[in-house]
Amino acid sequence: MNLPISTSSTTGLVIAAIFGTVFGILLNKGRVTDYNVIVNLFRFQDFTVLKIMLTAIIVGGLGVFAMMGMGWIEEYHIKDANLAAVTLGSAIFGIGMALYGYCPGTAVAAIATGRLHALVGFFGMLAGGIVYAFSFPWLKANVLSIGQLGKVRLNDVTGIPSAIWWVLLTVVALTVFRLIERKFKVVSA
Amino acid sequence: MKTKSDSFSPRVSLSLKQKAWNPYLVGIGIGVLSWLAFLLVNKPIGMSTEISKFSGWVVGMFGGSETVSNNAYWAGTAPAFGYSTVFLLFTAVGAFLSAKLGNDLSAEKVPAVWEQYQGPGVAKRMIAAFLGGAILLFGARLAGGCTSGHGISGTMQLALSSWLFFPVMFITGIITAKLLFRNKHTA
Repeated sequence: MNLPISTSSTTGLVIAAIFGTVFGILLNKGRVTDYNVIVNLFRFQDFTVLKIMLTAIIVGGLGVFAMMGMGWIEEYHIKDANLAAVTLGSAIFGIGMALYGYCPGTAVAAIATGRLHALVGFFGMLAGGIVYAFSFPWLKANVLSIGQLGKVRLNDVTGIPSAIWWVLLTVVALTVFRLIERKFKVVSA
Repeated sequence: MKTKSDSFSPRVSLSLKQKAWNPYLVGIGIGVLSWLAFLLVNKPIGMSTEISKFSGWVVGMFGGSETVSNNAYWAGTAPAFGYSTVFLLFTAVGAFLSAKLGNDLSAEKVPAVWEQYQGPGVAKRMIAAFLGGAILLFGARLAGGCTSGHGISGTMQLALSSWLFFPVMFITGIITAKLLFRNKHTA
């Protein structure tokens, strides 16, 4: 079998269905389809989201890095570092996430679990997408054009090799987990 | 307020009938899913691009297909059924199955934390959810991705843009939550 499989082939679509199903199950079992769990991260009351994300980044990242080293993966998919747009967009995103209580992926999963305010927020997302598309020409000229560094990675901008980055990030993640678990034990005692 | 599953349990139990799994195991699951996504289809997990394509469909339905094809954004991100559409729809299927088996289906209108601080008003929560959703997707498009595309898939490739996204959205999320959940609601 030749890898990667074309995403537009029937096999590709079957894979999308399997991956989507597994992703949906993981999001629900991770309890991130629950508004309270997500906003309680921003309130430092519940670290479920952080545990899931950091673990996914480390496990996923180490695997992808290894597979890249073996030549099993064709290429990275790096999003453009348009500094002004990413900073402003991320700042706006955080406000929306605290207000809505979901991000796009967890919203889709939460709607499927019946949560009605998640569904109403989905129509909001559609509206946001429309507003973005119509303001795109202006944003492209005035915001996206500022600080374009291209598809760069941390190792490109720092000169520190990827392997070192992974050692550092793994240590940081493990330290964060330790602190979270210790804090919780004290609280529950 | 602490929740039960916030504590670390060394017992590994992964039945679909459980309401929740250990968050570290869920994280490992998403990590392994990402390996397979890179290896089998070389397409990282993402969600917000697809939702903005749905926006394009809606505009196409009411404003005609020319409005969409003439738009500079949708010209580059054409609304079309494909891999990401199937992925999004089946994310819903998976979450539904999981919630059904785990007894987590809920027609929630006003979540508990919101009610505690903003009151039980349904209209208020719905307006906030709508506005929040709109702000969220606008921000995701401007940043070039969301919690999936940047927060997980991008960071695991050590993308600079994604490692910028993660802390910035976290900070504004904390500030917004501080403002929203400052004073308890009194009837």
